[in-house]
Amino acid sequence: MANALRSITLRRLAVATVLVLGAGFALAFFYAPEDADQGFIQKIFYLHVPLATAALLGWIVAAIWAIQHLRTGDPKYDARSYVSIHISVIFGLAVLLTGAIWAKGSWGVWWEWKEPTLVSFLIVFLLYATYYPLRYAIEDRERQARYSSVFAITAGAFVPLNFLAVRLAEPLIHPRTFSSTGGLPDSMLFAFVVCLAGMALLWTTLVWFELDAKSASGNLSKIRRALEATA
Amino acid sequence: MTPLLALESNTGYVAGAYLVFVLLLLIYVAIMAAKLQRIQRELGSLAELADRPSGRGGGRNATQVGDRDQEIQAVRQGGQR
Repeated sequence: MANALRSITLRRLAVATVLVLGAGFALAFFYAPEDADQGFIQKIFYLHVPLATAALLGWIVAAIWAIQHLRTGDPKYDARSYVSIHISVIFGLAVLLTGAIWAKGSWGVWWEWKEPTLVSFLIVFLLYATYYPLRYAIEDRERQARYSSVFAITAGAFVPLNFLAVRLAEPLIHPRTFSSTGGLPDSMLFAFVVCLAGMALLWTTLVWFELDAKSASGNLSKIRRALEATA
Repeated sequence: MTPLLALESNTGYVAGAYLVFVLLLLIYVAIMAAKLQRIQRELGSLAELADRPSGRGGGRNATQVGDRDQEIQAVRQGGQR
């Protein structure tokens, strides 16, 4: 999979992201019908749910990279795990903000503390927010990478457990993800799947972009050190 | 609330949600662009240094060595900003 991914250039990936996400949003607004219950505000669904899905899957991907890092000791896997968490945290912030806007429009409140779906996502988000102070509190690069990987695996295991716990809990007002999308009409489901694919592509593009920037910065540091040594 | 009013207020929420997403994306891209610009600047400085004769066996004097050290130091400081 890594080789297949490497063969695709970042530029192609970015173009595909713009096309698929643009098509998804266009389908959401101009093809998918308005929801009978919620009306026009349900259009937030095509943004909010793909963002949440990409963020949660991204945290699991970060855990897989972290396992690879602990197995091989290769720092490139630590970098991948770090960047995956970073982009998923940004997506997570977008989920919380768009969810709050949707909640205000639909339920009349920005937040509902008794709703397990909302609170559990906030807990997962805050858990990953602690990744940064943990990582940067450790100066030694090797220890930093190792401890960060252990964190990424532990927190990554918490994500599906959390998802399962929410599914088993009694819903208050928030619909259950995927059980609710299963009952969608075909046109809505099609728009949702295209938006989900677009969001997955956006996540991959941003991860790739940041990894490239990190790699360039690392290479520059190496050249600088070499120049210092010859000076 | 009349249906028209409901539609108008809902439009604002939908626009707000999509704008928040675009804004977050723009902030991220702006931060990354600033980082890439810094890398580009540093790369330019290093390329300039690399283009100059190294002086090894080329009769480089003490003043030239000192200048090069200062330039490397300046590049290093630029990279740490």
